[in-house]
Amino acid sequence: MGLTNSSTGANLAGGTRILLNTTAKKVIALAGNPNVGKSTIFNNLTGMNQHTGNWPGKTVSLAAGRWQDCTLVDLPGTYSLMAHSAEEEVARNFICFDHPDAVIVVCDATCLERSLNLALQTMEISSRVIVCVNLMDEAKRKGISIDLDLLSGRLGVPVVGVSGRRKKSLSALTDVINSADFPQSSLQLQYCSEIEQAVSALLPLVNTLPDMGIPPRWLCLKLLERDETLTAELLSRQDIQPLLEEAGAALSAVSLDHTQLCDLMAAAAVNAAEELCRGVVTYSAGKYNTFDRRVDKILTSRAAGYPLMLLLLAIIFWLTIEGANYPSQLLSNLFAKGQILLTDLFTRWGAPDWLHGALVLGIYRVLTWVVAVMLPPMAIFFPLFTLLEDVGYLPRVAYNLDKPFKRCKACGKQALCMAMGFGCNAAGIVGSRIIDSPRERLLAILTNNFVPCNGRFPTLIAILTMFFAGASTSSLLSALLLTAVIIFSVGMTFAVTKLLSATLLKGAPSSFTLELPPYRKPQIGKVIVRSIFDRTLFVLGRAAAVAAPAGLVIWLMANVSAGGVSLLNHCAGFLDPFARLMGLDGVILIAFILGFPANEIVIPIIIMAYTAQGSLLELDSTWQLRQLLIANGWTWSTAVSMVIFSLLHWPCSTALITAYRETLSRKWTALTALIPTAAGVLLCMLFTAAVKLLS
Amino acid sequence: MDFPETKVKEVLDMDINLNDIKPGQRARVLDLTAQDSMRRRLLDIGLVKDTVVECLGRSPGGDPSAFLIRGAVIAIRSEDCCGILVRPC
Ligand SMILES: Nc1nc2c(ncn2[C@@H]2O[C@H](COP(=O)(O)OP(=O)(O)OP(=O)(O)O)[C@@H](O)[C@H]2O)c(=O)[nH]1
Ligand SMILES: [Mg+2]
Repeated sequence: MGLTNSSTGANLAGGTRILLNTTAKKVIALAGNPNVGKSTIFNNLTGMNQHTGNWPGKTVSLAAGRWQDCTLVDLPGTYSLMAHSAEEEVARNFICFDHPDAVIVVCDATCLERSLNLALQTMEISSRVIVCVNLMDEAKRKGISIDLDLLSGRLGVPVVGVSGRRKKSLSALTDVINSADFPQSSLQLQYCSEIEQAVSALLPLVNTLPDMGIPPRWLCLKLLERDETLTAELLSRQDIQPLLEEAGAALSAVSLDHTQLCDLMAAAAVNAAEELCRGVVTYSAGKYNTFDRRVDKILTSRAAGYPLMLLLLAIIFWLTIEGANYPSQLLSNLFAKGQILLTDLFTRWGAPDWLHGALVLGIYRVLTWVVAVMLPPMAIFFPLFTLLEDVGYLPRVAYNLDKPFKRCKACGKQALCMAMGFGCNAAGIVGSRIIDSPRERLLAILTNNFVPCNGRFPTLIAILTMFFAGASTSSLLSALLLTAVIIFSVGMTFAVTKLLSATLLKGAPSSFTLELPPYRKPQIGKVIVRSIFDRTLFVLGRAAAVAAPAGLVIWLMANVSAGGVSLLNHCAGFLDPFARLMGLDGVILIAFILGFPANEIVIPIIIMAYTAQGSLLELDSTWQLRQLLIANGWTWSTAVSMVIFSLLHWPCSTALITAYRETLSRKWTALTALIPTAAGVLLCMLFTAAVKLLS
Repeated sequence: MDFPETKVKEVLDMDINLNDIKPGQRARVLDLTAQDSMRRRLLDIGLVKDTVVECLGRSPGGDPSAFLIRGAVIAIRSEDCCGILVRPC
């Protein structure tokens, strides 16, 4: 899941030009099928921390990093150079038009044939290809052996075998990059005589074009193939319109129609790859994937598929809540002591009241609240979820949920975006690039905010624990309640997706294929260290940037008064009538508004606002917090409205900016905010009205 | 009605698509009727003529189904399976 500044921040949509304007001597691209370990190799070479995960489609944009004096570029995975989806187009365009000095085609040793298909296509466009067979450790375990020398001989390009997770094994690859002696002639795909004839007919014309750095033979083939997105790219560079017409003529001259041509071309690559593997790959064990099949039978079975999904979710929540209790308590106590110390200091220095108020009661309080109460559950949930992702469970979720998504005329891969949304909605929105159909991709973007992100979980947990799980002890009950809340939010996702499919985004569900990767042992230590580290730094950074100023604003609003009434009361009073209709109060709404940059500060702001005006409570337990809320008029129905509105309101600023970047449309961005907000306001009002009627 | 022998066989073959393959069964690809982007996608993952695929199972809702294609497990919806004509083997 992408949750750091680098993955949700400015360089996400990043243009390739920015990446390449460096002083690096060489630019080397890492290409390959999805989920073969490109990002893992990239990380190990550059020392960077691109997100990796055991499912196809983890990387959806370019990332560049420095390795020695080269710039290494990590590409999204693609099955072929014929792009079907946005993220594949990113990869295709880079290989075709950015002229990297070398392309490392990363292959999957356990599925070499299909990987070689892409390698062969890449060799058509680039003469400097290195084939890097990754996952050698996994192949060995499965009893697959690969004759790398034989393959290298046949392909005519360097072939190395590595295990991307092990840094040491990468030396084979780095040696080849460094030696950089690429053989002049490598294997070129040969097509049937009709196609070759058509190519020969076109070649003289193509040769008259000014040089684009693209091999003429490849250009001929692509002109014949008439791939829409590629043609558009080419047209934007040069006027090839007449050539396209020539290509059509050449094709009919050899009496092939367009579909036949495409079939023959695709089949040529697949068959050549099959031929190449003959004698190169040998299987010693007969059934090398029985374990995976057995696990799949259980996890995707008719009887147990859905219950197991819920069970896993509940277990993760339970571990999160239970695990966060102790560190939360510890941090709260620590910070409470800190506050006393600070206050002491301030009085000793004779600092004015307002300074103490603004700094200690404002900034310090909100900041420490975020750290003590919001951070621990985030720091536990996140690695747990990442582990699940690393094992390879997420694609199974998508597989299980495809049927309901199809009913909503959407794509099963939306489940993957949804799952990423649990980590961060911005990451979920970017992740929607794996969905081929633009309509279905928009559905995924517009509904992503319906699942709560990591930043909203602590809010939900706190409220559920305080108001519904009884005193502070019952983590299990809280976890079950939270699971129910998540079922509700997933239900909302389906409902809204369906509604949108019937109104704004009409259309039929489109075709798609979903790869279910092998289960892999997660890198537990690495995941935990990385995600706690990443997550903690990210939340701390955001807390400093957002929570602190927000705390200050709230304190000022509570203490600057106009006409005898504090600003806070003015604003809260203004919003109050509307908020009451939703079962909330003005302060809560203000907190949600101020929480726009970061959801995790909503509760701290509410507390801040309640305490800033009245009695100053010692708030070192959730129980005391509950007392404070009740003193401010909260009831169980306020809590329910709060849960609903936490789930359903505008996305945070980062998510919204990301939505704009992905859709490049003000309308869809506005709708991304409007739809969940409208749903939230409506549901809260309905609920409150129902409660009033019934009591 | 008298159909020539070969004609009958062809018609029978054409009727069988990937949906008719039960979990545990294997089949050989005869032809694709899928169009455009999906056709190319299927070819890219290796579903060219004569490729052997094995049905591994169905998702809890009965659709999509998972197939073993050239060493990789790939889920395909029933609508899309219709576009893949096969002969059981
Ligand atoms: N056992 C083993 N696992 C590996 C190896 N290399 C990568 N993996 C795992 O394979 C999975 C996929 O790795 P990524 O680096 O995310 O793959 P990718 O090619 O970048 O995938 P996309 O971005 O989706 O195209 C992760 O779970 C890795 O931990 C390896 O050499 N051995
Ligand atoms: Mg990647």
